[in-house]
Amino acid sequence: MFEIPDDLRYMESHEWTSTDDVARVGITDFAQDELGDVVFVELPEEGDDITKNEEFGVVESIKAVSDLYAPISGTVVGVNEALFDQPELVNDDPYAEGWMLEVEPADEGEFDELLTAEEYREQTE
Amino acid sequence: MAHRKPPLREVHADRGAKFTGFGGWEMPVEFDSIRTEHSAVRDSAGIFDVSHMSEITVSGADATELMQRLTTNDVTALDPGDSQYSCITDESGVILDDTVVYALPEGLDDADAATPTYLFIPNAGHDEQMYERWTTHRDEWGLDATVDDQTEEWAMFAVQGPEAPGLVADAANEEILDLSRFEATNTEIAESECLVARTGYTGEDGFEVLCPWDDAESVWGEFDCQPCGLGARDTLRIEMGFLLSGEDFDPENEPRNPYEAGISFTVKLDTEFVGRDALERAKDEGVDERFVGVKLAERGIARHGYELRSDDGDSIGHVTSGTMSPTLGEAIALGYVETDYAEPETRVRVVVRGDEKRARIVKTPFLEDK
Repeated sequence: MFEIPDDLRYMESHEWTSTDDVARVGITDFAQDELGDVVFVELPEEGDDITKNEEFGVVESIKAVSDLYAPISGTVVGVNEALFDQPELVNDDPYAEGWMLEVEPADEGEFDELLTAEEYREQTE
Repeated sequence: MAHRKPPLREVHADRGAKFTGFGGWEMPVEFDSIRTEHSAVRDSAGIFDVSHMSEITVSGADATELMQRLTTNDVTALDPGDSQYSCITDESGVILDDTVVYALPEGLDDADAATPTYLFIPNAGHDEQMYERWTTHRDEWGLDATVDDQTEEWAMFAVQGPEAPGLVADAANEEILDLSRFEATNTEIAESECLVARTGYTGEDGFEVLCPWDDAESVWGEFDCQPCGLGARDTLRIEMGFLLSGEDFDPENEPRNPYEAGISFTVKLDTEFVGRDALERAKDEGVDERFVGVKLAERGIARHGYELRSDDGDSIGHVTSGTMSPTLGEAIALGYVETDYAEPETRVRVVVRGDEKRARIVKTPFLEDK
């Protein structure tokens, strides 16, 4: 079974976000398993704006290239630079050490438009 | 169209394999992780189910002539039990497929050294097309040969890696250790009559085993090593610079002759075969583009179809295969560039999602000790 923490919100395209004042964003356990060995991530820079449902970066495994979609709109205030040298953290620990962005949400109302853990679990089953 | 399934489809699913469609077959792409499987083959041993590969036999009085006229290499150099890498080209010299041609060891049927039975291994999904090609030409040329598509009669496994010879010797017998590269013999594994050849597609020592379709499970079970999928098969062969049919050449999308593709050693111009005259011209005139290895100097991965540019920004070719090399930890690629840019250490650029990444041409294999 894939890990799907209850306190996060999810995209159908397998990104997660926390609902904190500074929200953390990453990809789910299901997504990292589908991708296989992650070998490269391309992320925006601090200060960039991201827009809900639009591409904000790319994750590449040995076998595939996948676009990353923003679960919320906002300003990037942190980037997990550890992933540039250790992209495998996305596989090893997708919800903690494998986080990708920290975002200051433009509209906290957007969290409610995302899937709950339960809804996301149904989708992956 | 429904995918064809290898005999062990369910055995692999129970082992937790993920599957992918390849050449019309549903094949395991990954059992554990590509990295794990790749290292097992480089460091110890792994087993691949490659039952999607085609098997076509050619026998009869004119079998040698039919094989000679439809493949670029010289089949008369094969004694029973030998095999060779070869190409199947059209009149213009374009590679339709690459293949290994075996002169089967004596004893399987009434074949002997004077009129051996041949087995050749077209790529996945090419069996019908090659069967057509062989029978049409046989009839046109009035040759006496029996052509048989046995693709769904044989399972094929590749046991590869430094520990593979020991594993195959344990499963079969010690004599298989006497086989040289590209030699094959008939031997029993798990009470099943198999063809065992010292061939492979990984750059490691190892064997390929053909066994009757219905015996696949017991033969597979004889090899206690890491099961590997097509994902690791791809990263292993890219590290060696080996061509993949459909990616690095393809009569429709990537028409290439053996000189462009860097496998001129398969072409014996002193034999008669379809495409010979065009290939003689290609050899005399030289080719405009060549197959090369590329190594990226910046972060990023080159993939099939990405553009290659010169250091001045001119378009000079494209990538046909690329990956992150699990052994080297570097992004490597294969592709075609204009001949002027094909020398190793030439600086080039790969266009990754619109951005130019610095790269250079390198010799293949990418691994220095291979």
